[in-house]
Amino acid sequence: MDKNVDISLSVNGQEVSRRVPARTNLVDFVRYELELTGSHVGCEHGVCGACTIRVNGAIVRGCLMLAAQADGATVETIEGVSESSEISDLQAAFHERNALQCGFCTPGFLLTAQELLSQNPSPSRDEIREFISGNYCRCTGYQAIVDAIERVAGERRQAAE
Amino acid sequence: MKNVKPAPFAYVRAQTLDQVFDLLEQHGDDARILAGGQSLMATLNMRLSAPDVLIDINHIDGLSGIEESNGKIRIGALTRHNEVAASPIIAEQAPLIAKAMPHIAHQAIRNRGTFGGSIAFADPAAELPAVSRAVGAEFILQGRGGTRTVAANDFFLGLFETAREPNEILVAAEIPVIPANEKTAFNELARRHGDYAIIGLAAQGGVDGGAFSNMRLSFFGAGDRPIMAEAANTALEGKSYSDATVADAQAALDADLDPMDDLNGPPEMKMHLARVITARVLAELAR
Repeated sequence: MDKNVDISLSVNGQEVSRRVPARTNLVDFVRYELELTGSHVGCEHGVCGACTIRVNGAIVRGCLMLAAQADGATVETIEGVSESSEISDLQAAFHERNALQCGFCTPGFLLTAQELLSQNPSPSRDEIREFISGNYCRCTGYQAIVDAIERVAGERRQAAE
Repeated sequence: MKNVKPAPFAYVRAQTLDQVFDLLEQHGDDARILAGGQSLMATLNMRLSAPDVLIDINHIDGLSGIEESNGKIRIGALTRHNEVAASPIIAEQAPLIAKAMPHIAHQAIRNRGTFGGSIAFADPAAELPAVSRAVGAEFILQGRGGTRTVAANDFFLGLFETAREPNEILVAAEIPVIPANEKTAFNELARRHGDYAIIGLAAQGGVDGGAFSNMRLSFFGAGDRPIMAEAANTALEGKSYSDATVADAQAALDADLDPMDDLNGPPEMKMHLARVITARVLAELAR
């Protein structure tokens, strides 16, 4: 049987078509085939959250999904949501609050935080911690990340009023 | 392409169950069914599993959704964890499942992982296999010739081993609506919220006028499969909640559990933790 697959999908608003080995993970596809290297590869078995990517509007582990499974899907990476300014307030808050040091985990945290705030505009600090529990950060100790997300939640609520 | 991790395999996006049966008959044990992939993909990445063919069932109609009729809740095998977590039917009619959902991995994994996948994969440290025993679930297995029903109590045969035949697919779970006299409790210990449990306990049963009846204490992370604590259940029958009742149930666990050494610690530690969460769960049931 053929161990390659033809796929066509939308990535950050652009249609792409490729022929890839069936065993290619989605995150390796966007990094090595599309050269979108903002999604990072950490543990490669679903524990660390560095590879978080949005597929059809919901965050997934890029290492636990095949590129073949994204055929026909709408995929958004950190590059896409950065360019569209969708998360510019989160990015500014992470920067100002020192919610990153080495930055390796940051794209995953930003996409996760964005999904949290889209579902729950006023999360408690405990709810923030629970929602980001699938993302590892080895630098910050999380406190500053929770602060930054909490601040953006407040800013967005104010802006909505 | 650089940086591929799994061993090479072919990938088929199945459109019908007949296509799945064809492939299962053709490839036998060399084929694996890909549902949410949240456990399977990790084992492929680590090359713990190296199938020739992956059969992606995500695009087969009719395998997803939650509905209630005639006192039973049917959960389609492809229903994502986050759909189960958000379901008012589950919250009201199968509260033990609702209590377990927040402990199952993390948001990004719950967006993709499926109810049926967790059952069919049968990880002994996963929540849903143990929960399915406590609630008295039945599983619907479909093959070329039709469907058959297997009780959760008869489904889990060993480490990642189930009563599903190689030419069958799990299509749904059926959960009895919780009887009016029954209560539920859930507790697990994990190093990080959402990680696989060191040990955990799902419980459902009668609490009539303060006395326990027909209690089902179902452990996960305590052996090679989800384990029903029969001796502890018997010890609780007809008893009211008290320190002595808790102690009796805890003592009975020696007959129920024989945990293995694992990365979390030695069997003695797991037995200690089993007693700790038993006390917590009984207190929750008695509230």
